Amino acid sequence: MDIQAIRRDFPILKRQINGYPLIYFDNAATTQKPNQVIDAVTDFYQNHNGNVHRAVHELSLEATELYEQSREEIAKFINAKEPSELVFVRGTTEAINLVAYSWGLSNLNKGDEVLLSLMEHHANIVPWEITSKIKRFTIKYASVKPDGTLDYEDFESKITNKTKIACLSHVSNVTGIINDVKSVAKIAHDHGVLMLVDGAQSVPHLSVDVQDLGMDFLAFSGHKMLGPTGIGVFYGKEEMLKKMPPFMGGGEMIKEVSYSQGHGQCSISWNDLPWKFEAGTPNISGAIGLAAAVRYLKSLGLDNVLAHEKTLAKYAIECMNECQNVNIYGPSDLTKKLGIIPFGLKGFSSHEAAAAFNEYGIMMRSGFHCAQPLHELFKLESSIRASFYIYNTEAEIDSFIEVIKEFNQI
Amino acid sequence: MSTVADYVARIEGTCGAESDVIVIFKYEKKDEAIASILKKAQIKNKIAGIIFELNFEGTSFRLYTSGKAIFRGVKNRQELMDFLVKLLL
Repeated sequence: MDIQAIRRDFPILKRQINGYPLIYFDNAATTQKPNQVIDAVTDFYQNHNGNVHRAVHELSLEATELYEQSREEIAKFINAKEPSELVFVRGTTEAINLVAYSWGLSNLNKGDEVLLSLMEHHANIVPWEITSKIKRFTIKYASVKPDGTLDYEDFESKITNKTKIACLSHVSNVTGIINDVKSVAKIAHDHGVLMLVDGAQSVPHLSVDVQDLGMDFLAFSGHKMLGPTGIGVFYGKEEMLKKMPPFMGGGEMIKEVSYSQGHGQCSISWNDLPWKFEAGTPNISGAIGLAAAVRYLKSLGLDNVLAHEKTLAKYAIECMNECQNVNIYGPSDLTKKLGIIPFGLKGFSSHEAAAAFNEYGIMMRSGFHCAQPLHELFKLESSIRASFYIYNTEAEIDSFIEVIKEFNQI
Repeated sequence: MSTVADYVARIEGTCGAESDVIVIFKYEKKDEAIASILKKAQIKNKIAGIIFELNFEGTSFRLYTSGKAIFRGVKNRQELMDFLVKLLL
């Protein structure tokens, strides 16, 4: 990949922060947007803006065409069998809530079990904890090994004949650990258990094939893969989606709402897939922008994206290990992880460190990263997280290391 | 008469176990705020030329030249506001 050419596609990278060139190492939180995505969104509003579906005027037809084309492109990107298996949502969080409320409330009861892991993002914990209070099912948490990898034996041992669904991050948003979701899905299916995968940190960085990996449900966010905020994807196998009731009600998701046939109430029939799950006017420009992001990533090749991130992570870990004031958390074995490096800086809380790096124009996240159980497991108060993407360079890592060395006086 | 709100744009809690609180000064008032704080607090250390490690009435905190201060272990919002009144006004 020609990184300098890629960088020219991202206008924000020309910015200076506090007098220093912007170094953006907060890609696990959100990514920057290339001109191709910005232009796609702008073009929609400048030339095609109309509401999708059910209108016959030209702008509505154009908007519908662009919106549904986007669905097709993104469905192909994850190798879904049909575009109708792909529902546009706000992001990963909404997608997991959709499963917990739609599938969960109608399929889980007292005595049933849901299996999660202790490395999950809060988005894959809280919806299940909330719905478990409504339906009184039990949640079990598979443990994580001291090196940050999933304890697969513990995961399998916690599957019982009461387990209905297993929910697992494909990649940890804290450590970058890649979970073997294909093997886990096979184990789950061998026990008659469904598999939900949180792909927020995997789909942007590595090739994800929902059929090959055996996923029943997949959730991911557009903004973590160069797309706009407020758009994400919920993938579900067609046979599952057909059986699930709608998550939210409103326009678009119905075929008919009839008072005259309802004997004092409205009788309602649901729309076909995927629109049954898309109540109200969707984020049309977001979907179009996400499709542009997918085209951009495909043009680079996800294998190249992954290789670049691993090269950067290897270099960063080597340099950081030479700094006495740095403590890297989790494994450094890049066969097991992506370009996410959680660490601590001697003499600084994570927030103090992130604020200090900001003084040099280096953007990084601090805190629990919405994964408090994992931090508790490792007895960490919090961590700083450096996360890389396609536009980051070894020169930026050199600048980052120079700043770390300056902080070594504490 | 000036108030803390004249200087402070936002106060943000953090999600780590350290209970850090970040005070972000208004851009147009940050230099004034920093000058006032440096005049009143005792400078314990200056890190890399951009971060002041300070002590005021037994409380340690860090001040960043881009216009932030991070306080650790503040018990509640009122305690922080009392502290800011003394430092800024």
